[in-house]
Amino acid sequence: METLIHNVIASGAFGHNASPTLVAAIVIFVMSAVVFLGVAFPFAGIVSWAERRVWARIQSRVGPNRVGPQGFLQWLADGVKNVCKEDIIPDEADAPLFKLAPYLVILAFILPWAVMPFSSSLILADMNVGILYMTSVTALTVVGVLMAGWASNDKWSLIGGIRSAAQIVSYEIPAGLSIFPVVMMTGTLSMQGIIRGQGWAPQHWFLFANPFTFVAANILYISALAEGNRTPFDLPEAESELVAGFATEYSGMRYLFFFMAEWGNLFIIGAIITTLFLGGWQFPHVSNNVVVMNILQLISFNVKVLFLVFFSMWIRATLPRVRIDQLMTVCWKYFVPIAFVNMIGTAVWVAIWPDGNAAMGYIMFAAGIALTVVFVQRVIYYLKRSRMEVYFNPTI
Amino acid sequence: MSTLHTEEMTLNMGPQHPSTHGVLRFVVRADGEVMREAIPDVGYLHRSIEKIAEKVGYHGFMPYTDRVDYVCAMFTNQGWGMACEKLAHIEVPRRGEYCRVIAAEFNRIASHLLSVGAMAMDIGAVTPFTHAIREREMINDLIEELCGARLTFNYMRIGGVAWDLPPGWREKALAYLDHFDPILEEYNALISWNKIYVERLANVGVITPADAINYNLVGPNLRACGIKWDIRKDIPYSAYPDFEFEVPIGDGHWGKLGDSMDRYVVRIREMAQSAIILRQALAKIPPGPVLAKVARNFKPPAGECQIRIESGRGDMGWYLVSDGTGYPWRVHVRTGSFAAMGIIQKLSAGLMIADLVTLIASLDVIAPEIDR
Repeated sequence: METLIHNVIASGAFGHNASPTLVAAIVIFVMSAVVFLGVAFPFAGIVSWAERRVWARIQSRVGPNRVGPQGFLQWLADGVKNVCKEDIIPDEADAPLFKLAPYLVILAFILPWAVMPFSSSLILADMNVGILYMTSVTALTVVGVLMAGWASNDKWSLIGGIRSAAQIVSYEIPAGLSIFPVVMMTGTLSMQGIIRGQGWAPQHWFLFANPFTFVAANILYISALAEGNRTPFDLPEAESELVAGFATEYSGMRYLFFFMAEWGNLFIIGAIITTLFLGGWQFPHVSNNVVVMNILQLISFNVKVLFLVFFSMWIRATLPRVRIDQLMTVCWKYFVPIAFVNMIGTAVWVAIWPDGNAAMGYIMFAAGIALTVVFVQRVIYYLKRSRMEVYFNPTI
Repeated sequence: MSTLHTEEMTLNMGPQHPSTHGVLRFVVRADGEVMREAIPDVGYLHRSIEKIAEKVGYHGFMPYTDRVDYVCAMFTNQGWGMACEKLAHIEVPRRGEYCRVIAAEFNRIASHLLSVGAMAMDIGAVTPFTHAIREREMINDLIEELCGARLTFNYMRIGGVAWDLPPGWREKALAYLDHFDPILEEYNALISWNKIYVERLANVGVITPADAINYNLVGPNLRACGIKWDIRKDIPYSAYPDFEFEVPIGDGHWGKLGDSMDRYVVRIREMAQSAIILRQALAKIPPGPVLAKVARNFKPPAGECQIRIESGRGDMGWYLVSDGTGYPWRVHVRTGSFAAMGIIQKLSAGLMIADLVTLIASLDVIAPEIDR
């Protein structure tokens, strides 16, 4: 980032006496705008389309396929439709808070993109507290959701908001504790630092570094799903119970903001897991050209993240919803103790093998492959029994 | 330390609510997420169907019976037909009875598919619902060929059924049954034994056998409590004595006897039994007419009668009083959903709000059947 600013000043685009602060401000502003408007929002939109298509395939339906090729532009059509809709604010609602709530939720979705490590150079701000920043700003969602639930002045919304608060605050704890093992192993909170601590090969990923990190990765993923209000933890907006939860009274674009944040959060969940446990953008050094390497790293990062995004959709289409008491039981009775054990276990592990244990990496990786093979066999078993012509014609 | 002062919240669930399956209304008194009581409020879908019968005559009332329970309209058709036949001592041709059984059992599968699918959707899994609806659509296609309608069938007549099976229909029905048997397994693999699903259903809304009898529960809800009572077996009617089938009952395998999971599993097993009945009926169907000769101006002798049939939602009673004219003097329908609504208030105390949705779905309450 700093080199970029120096280059911009050196290129003379702003005159030779330009104030570095001003140039930096402009560059940061433009870069942020590009990332937020050019990446974050379209991504949320495209995910909404992709999720509907994936869901439709799993549910043996067709899904949106009318607007654009394969219905790809459906998200734009939906956006335009929602912008044109009336923005209804109920009479009894607390209007200022009611209006503010969706912006807070969308803010919690936008802010993490500042530390999103797309490649070794493509990152807006490589803060030394990157991962901490990421977890703290995503937790802003709870303020927005609770505010929406309270300001709507609707009992169903209120229950949704309270559920959301209980859920997000609770799952922050196992999620935070599951980040510690990685931080202990790398000794840094910076996103790039954590990724540089891993290699491109799976046995060098933190997922397979030792048994504790493997468990931590799973806990973190499940907790992240819970924080993102995703099935099986979508209680705050449980359609069959709470009508639409905290979003019951919202309409038009404000309503869409909540769901854009939800869809966009899938990428953030995927990015956190990828950064911490799946080697981030790491790619074998195949070229000395920085641009080529950066593109390959970008692809590496996105493939991993998009796989996790797809996995979240898959889970959402498969699992039913848990009940609030079961949700809390899972968090406090199982995840929190296990996360603590992980932390202590990793600390001991790091004390014994400060540079990691290469053999363990291979063993864990082999075990991971075995697990994957069993899983894939299971999936293939059911695929063979299903009717291919119904499920496997993606171009209907 | 003094206890924190909290208030109970009165929630109005319905008549417009996504999971109340039509227009049900519950007044829920809740302490946070825990319900103190859910009071059912019926009457939002009252259409005076029983009164209509007194105005439109015997033949004319048949299409209205579809609307008593539009999810399994074959049974309401059959119930009305049987009541009139019993009063006028009309013998239905054998083939007519078989057609009735075939149509009704297909309808039972369709009704149970909707029930278990909607139940999964109420618990948050949308996929099983679409799969169940897909299968139900195929049954609807078959029934459409039979009678031209997909929902309100109006297939049966006093004295038999309106139309014989169309040419080639038997083979299509058998082909569908071959397709359907593995579907149940697929469905079980998809949702039934899912850990979260079982956790949500087991031990929720437990009905003791004594309560089930006292509250007059019928059909799958009663059988899930371990009581073997099926009108098809115990008070045989139509062609049912010709078929061999089992009556599945709840066994409390996943939790307590009579919990929501038992009710769910009983429905799944009943679908398999319906398929068995259908195979026998399609194999044994005799030739002959399907409709007895019934006067156009149908006037049963004065008197009253009561018949019972096993509908998709259980023991459905039709009570008919005739005064010898062309119009019934009084008609009453006794439906399973109305009885099931009664027990919700008792079961709801202490459940979570999310469990109320499960409970309604597991009792398979259909709004039009409650109010008629």
